Order: sequence, then structure tokens, then C-alpha cells
Amino acid sequence: MGLLDQEFSDSNIVITKAEDLLNWARLSSLWQLGFGLACCAIEMMATSASHYDFDRFGVIPRPSPRQSDIIIISGTVTLKMALRIKRLYEQMPDPKYIISMGSCSNCGGPYWEHGYHVLKGVDRVIPVDVYVPGCPPRPEALLEGLLKLQEKIRTESLSKKSA
Amino acid sequence: MKKADEILELLKSNFPDLPIEMDSETPTEPIISVPPKEIDKIGVFLRDNEELLFDSLMCLSGVDDANGEKIKEADESESIKGGTLSVYYHLHSTSLKHKITLKVSTERESPEVESVEGVWKTADWHEREAYDMFGIIFLNHPNLQRILMPYDWDAGYPLRKDYKNPEFYKGMKVPY
Ligand code: SF4
Repeated sequence: MGLLDQEFSDSNIVITKAEDLLNWARLSSLWQLGFGLACCAIEMMATSASHYDFDRFGVIPRPSPRQSDIIIISGTVTLKMALRIKRLYEQMPDPKYIISMGSCSNCGGPYWEHGYHVLKGVDRVIPVDVYVPGCPPRPEALLEGLLKLQEKIRTESLSKKSA
Repeated sequence: MKKADEILELLKSNFPDLPIEMDSETPTEPIISVPPKEIDKIGVFLRDNEELLFDSLMCLSGVDDANGEKIKEADESESIKGGTLSVYYHLHSTSLKHKITLKVSTERESPEVESVEGVWKTADWHEREAYDMFGIIFLNHPNLQRILMPYDWDAGYPLRKDYKNPEFYKGMKVPY
């Protein structure tokens, strides 16, 4: 249940649990590390642009991992890049979330067998919250993935992390 | 504009001591084979000769001919001993509008080819790629290091026909 769906018991005072407030704040402004890897990144950019408008869910690209809440791994993760991704992820402040976008970063994609240079799934180096299938996933699919992540954050608890 | 056999004649008359041959049987294009250690001198001639003026190296590619002895290993995989690795050069003259393909072959065990980086600058990264993927050493290249694979990749050259991927790279599992 969204925070603002609840009735106002008095004029402009909302009573809620601290947990719900925090989760609501968190899920409504997921700043994204501006970072694309391969063909999937083109669809991610399309999702950010005006037609699909990622911004209406509070997702805006940030140029630094220090200011980011989520990282969308959008494309082929080569072994060379995997080390950099790991470092970027470690530079992000907690709480941080990861969406793995597309077959490549889910499991190696078209390179699963003969890709001598491709990591077969980004989850071998960093923990993934939501996997979005497709090659590439359409922007609608990425939006769906983001909504799934929001759902996940909404049920998070301060006492125990659900992820 | 010159035909392949005219170019071959020019090359032969200017380098009478070198074994220069042409293969006209290839369905796509005639290919002139030259010795790997002389390709730089031949390159300068092709570039500067008034009748040829090959000012553009369109592409340089390594090839594993896989024509050596194939040895079965205990784990069912195959390794290749002997035979050749080759480098192909596709040249174009932007002023005279003709093209030619050159080829050098070198031994798989010690693949050494003279660099043409000093003749056509394009060759710089192309030769690094051929080195990265096939392990072909380009003599006198100014900066022969890996270009696509990680600089510290020590598991061999991925486009060789008998290449085997390592199990791990820096703690990351490589096979599916
Ligand atoms: S999953 Fe497909 S579209 Fe996405 S990066 Fe890989 S090959 Fe490109």
C-alpha cells in the first residue's frame, strides 16, 4: 500500500510507520548510475528519454557511483569490464540495488558458449535484485523490472533485510 | 589502374631474389604471397611506386591456417603442432582505384612478421589485434601489446583453432 493512499486523519498530517516512510522515500527516487555496456544500453537510453520517461518513477542518471542507488547492467559483461563493474558497485553507498538487463548480463546471452571474453552472468561478481530477460528487452520490460524492484523495496524491513 | 598479374610482374622485376607467387584460383580475388620478413620493404614499394600508389591499407587480418599436425589430448581436446599462421593485407589505391591482396605465412611455433606500421599507420592497431588474437609477433612494431583482451591475459590467443579457455580469470569462473 502506498503511503499517500492512506487517509489523512487530520489536515496535512500523515501517520505511518517509519519503515513505510523510509521505503517509500527510497523506492520513489532510485537514482541510476549512468552506465551502459552494449546494445542493451540503447534500449535503456530510450527508456530514459521522453517517450518512456524513466523520470516519472524517480529514475535519473547520475554521473557518479557515490550518488547512485541503482545500477542497471545493460549489456555484455566482458571479463575486462567485470572487474570495473565490481569496483563501481563497491563505490556505491548502501542501500544499493542492481537490475541485470538482457540475456548477456543475465547469463552470457549469445556468447554463452563461444564467448571466450564474456562473463556468463553478472551475478558471478555482484548480487542481482531483478533480472530482465530479452535481447534486448523492450523499454516496457525494463520498466516492469523497475516496478518489480520497487515492489521489493516496499516490503523491506529495518529489522531484517528481505533481499 | 593495374590488374593483379601486372602488379605481380612489377613486384617480381623489383624484387628478383624474393619468392613472390600469385594464387589466382581463389574464387574471390587473386592473392600474392610474399615472404614475412620482407613485407615492410614490399609495402614501401607498393605505396610509393608511381604506377601503384597503394596509399590505403584497408584491412590487415590474422588467420590460423590450422594445417599442422593435429594431436588428440587426453581430455578429448585437440592441439595443433607445426603448420602456419598467416597475415592478409588488403590494399587500395585511392588515386588509381585498384586493389590487391597480399599474404604472408609464418611458422606457428615462432610466428614472426615484419611490421608495416611504418608504411601505413592503420597497421598499428590491426597488428596489435592480430597479435592479441593469434600471437603473431610483428617485428619493429612500436607498441606491440594486447588491445582487446586484458593486458595481463596469460591463457593464450583466443582465435587460434586449438585455443582452450581457462577455468578462472581473477577468481571469476569463465565457462558457462
Ligand atoms: S542481451 Fe542482446 S541486446 Fe543486450 S547486450 Fe546482449 S546481445 Fe546486446
